[in-house]
Amino acid sequence: MYRYDDFDAAFLARRNKQFRAQVERRIDGSLTEDEFKPLRLMNGLYLQLHAYMLRVAIPYGTLNSAQMRKLADVAETWDKGYGHFTTRQNIQFNWPKLRDVPDILDALAEVGLHAIQTSGNTIRNVTADHFAGAAADEIADPRPVAELLRQWSTDHPEFQFLPRKFKFAVTGSPVDRAVTKAHDIGIRMVRNDAGEPGFEVLAGGGLGRTPMIGKVLAAHLPPADLLPYVESILAVYNRLGRRDNKYKARIKITVHETGLEEFRALVDAEFPARRAAYDGSDQALLQRLEAAFAPPEFRSGSTDAYDAALSNPNFRAWSDTNLTPHRRDDHAIVSISLKAHGDTPGDASADQMRVMADLAERFGYDELRISHEQNVILPHVHRADLPELHAALRAAKLATANIGLISDIIACPGMDYCALATARSIPIAQEIATRFDELKIERDIGPLKIKISGCINACGHHHVGHIGILGLDRAGVENYQITLGGDGSEDAQLGDRTGPGFPAEEILPAIERIIDTYMTLRDDASETFLDAYRRLGLAPFKHALYETEKAHAA
Amino acid sequence: MSRAFTPKIVTANALLEGDVVYLTDAGTWSRDHHDAELLIDDDTAALRLAAAECRIDEVVGVYLADAVSGASGPEPVHFREAFRAHGPSNYFHGKQVA
Repeated sequence: MYRYDDFDAAFLARRNKQFRAQVERRIDGSLTEDEFKPLRLMNGLYLQLHAYMLRVAIPYGTLNSAQMRKLADVAETWDKGYGHFTTRQNIQFNWPKLRDVPDILDALAEVGLHAIQTSGNTIRNVTADHFAGAAADEIADPRPVAELLRQWSTDHPEFQFLPRKFKFAVTGSPVDRAVTKAHDIGIRMVRNDAGEPGFEVLAGGGLGRTPMIGKVLAAHLPPADLLPYVESILAVYNRLGRRDNKYKARIKITVHETGLEEFRALVDAEFPARRAAYDGSDQALLQRLEAAFAPPEFRSGSTDAYDAALSNPNFRAWSDTNLTPHRRDDHAIVSISLKAHGDTPGDASADQMRVMADLAERFGYDELRISHEQNVILPHVHRADLPELHAALRAAKLATANIGLISDIIACPGMDYCALATARSIPIAQEIATRFDELKIERDIGPLKIKISGCINACGHHHVGHIGILGLDRAGVENYQITLGGDGSEDAQLGDRTGPGFPAEEILPAIERIIDTYMTLRDDASETFLDAYRRLGLAPFKHALYETEKAHAA
Repeated sequence: MSRAFTPKIVTANALLEGDVVYLTDAGTWSRDHHDAELLIDDDTAALRLAAAECRIDEVVGVYLADAVSGASGPEPVHFREAFRAHGPSNYFHGKQVA
C-alpha cells in the first residue's frame, strides 16, 4: 500500500506545530475567535452544537490497520470512545477539547493521518470508489489518480481561497459507487472506441440547496492532461465563482449561470498555457503511485471452506448481502455494516475499530476502506477465510447482514450534533431500521437506499436516495420531507418531492406506506423499488402517502 | 411597529471544552439552562449580549436564544435549544449525564 514519504511527514509535523502555536495564542487571548476560526477550520476543527468536532481526512477512504488502530486510540484517549464515519469517507470525533486537539493531530501524524483541508473553501478530501483495486467490474484502480489529485491540491497556493468548498470524486469502474455525478468535479476512467484509456470529466454536480447532476465537460481526456485540465476548471471557477452570495458560490451555479458551452470554452482557453507548464514530472509521479498502489500478492488455495459454510443460514444471509465479487474468483470484497439495527449509522466504537484493524491484518492484506455509505470494507479477503472472519465480526456486533437493504441507511449527524442542522436524522434512521428488522421483511423488499439529511445542505445525500428524507424546521417543529426515485449511481437522478412533509412521529408510518405500495404494485420480487418507481411514477406513492392519511383523519 | 420582545437568555460555547454555557445574573457562565438570567426587555438583552461578546477568552459563538420562565428557572423554547440543554438523543452523553 502507498505510504507517505519523509517529505509528507515533515510537512505534517510543520503544520501541526504551527497549529499548536495558533491554539496556544487563541487560549492566551492573543487571537480573537474571528482570527482563529479560519485557522482551526483549515485544520478540520469545527464548533458544533455540544462541543468541538474534529474531522479527520481518510484520503479516498483507504486505511491500513495501524491507521485504524490510531483512530481507535484517539476515540478512547481524547473522545468518548467512538468515531463517526461520514459520507465524505472521513471520520469525525464529536467531543474533543480545544487544548487536546494539537496532541490528537500529532498522534494522527504518527500514522500519516491529518485533518488538512477537511473544511474551508479549499479542495476537500478526494473520495473514490470504496471497492477500488478490488472490484471485478473495474477498468483500473482510481486511487493513484486520487492520490495525485490529493498531492496537487494540498496547500495549492492558487486554490486556498476558492469561492466555496470543492469536492472531487474518482471512479475506475463504469459502475459508479463514488457518486461522481454529485461532485464539483467527478472523474471517471473510461476507454474510447479504440480502447484507449482516458478520463470523462464531469463538472458542476452537487446536492445541497440547489441540487444538480454533473455535466460532461470532457468526454475522453488523455490521461496526461488531467492535472492541467482540472487546474483550468478550478482557475475559471476561481475567477467567475460568485463570492457575493454563499448560496450561489459553488461551481454548479457557475456552470449553470455561465452555460456549459461557454464554461467549456473558457476552460479550453485556459488549458494550453496550463498544459505547457507541465513537464511530465506529474506523469512520472503518477507512475510511482501506480506502482505503490499495486495489488497485494494474493494468496491462492481452495475455497471449499467457504462453500461448506454456506449451509449455515447466518453465514449464508451475510454472504448474500455483504459480499461483492472480487477481481479474483477466489477472493471476495467484504462490506462490514456499521448499521446494526437501532444503532447510529456510521458509528464504530474504539473496540470495533480495533477488531476491524486486527481482521484486516489477519485476513485482508492490511487494507480497509471507508465507504461513502458509512460502512467499512475489507477489499481483499480469500474466500476460505470468510467463515472465520464472519464469526469474529459476529462476536464484535459487526456482522449485520443488511448491505444495500432498507436498514443500510445513510444519515448525517443532524441536530444531535451539527450546528447547521434544522432537524435530527439519527433517531429517524434508528426508528426505520428497528421497525423493518421487527417486520422481518427487509430481504423481501430487496435493494433499497434510504438517505437522510438533517438540513438542506444534504450531507446525507437525500436527493439521490431511492427514498430521501430531509429534516426541516417548520414553525419550531421537526418536519420531514420525502423524495422518491433518486439515484446516486452512473444513472444518477434527483428524487421527486412527494409533497408536504411529515412530523417526526408520522415519518415511519409514511415510509411504511411507501413500502406497502411498492410491495403491492411490483411486478415480482425481481423488480427493485427503484425500477418499480421508474415504471409507476410518483402517483401511486403520493396517493398512499396523502390520501390514506386523509382517510385516517376522516 | 416592531415585533413584541420575547424573553431571551445569553448562550455560547465554552472556549476550552466547547460545552454549552449560559450567562447568569451574576455575570458568570453556567452549564445549566435553569441558571441563566432571563432577559425580559430588548435593551437589557442587547447590553448583556454585547458585554458577553467581549469575553473572547472564555466563550465562542455568543447569541441570544428564546426562553420562557419555568418552575426551576428559564426553559428553552425552540427544540434546538432543548437539544443543546440536554445532549444528543443517540447516546447518553453531554449535559443529560450530569
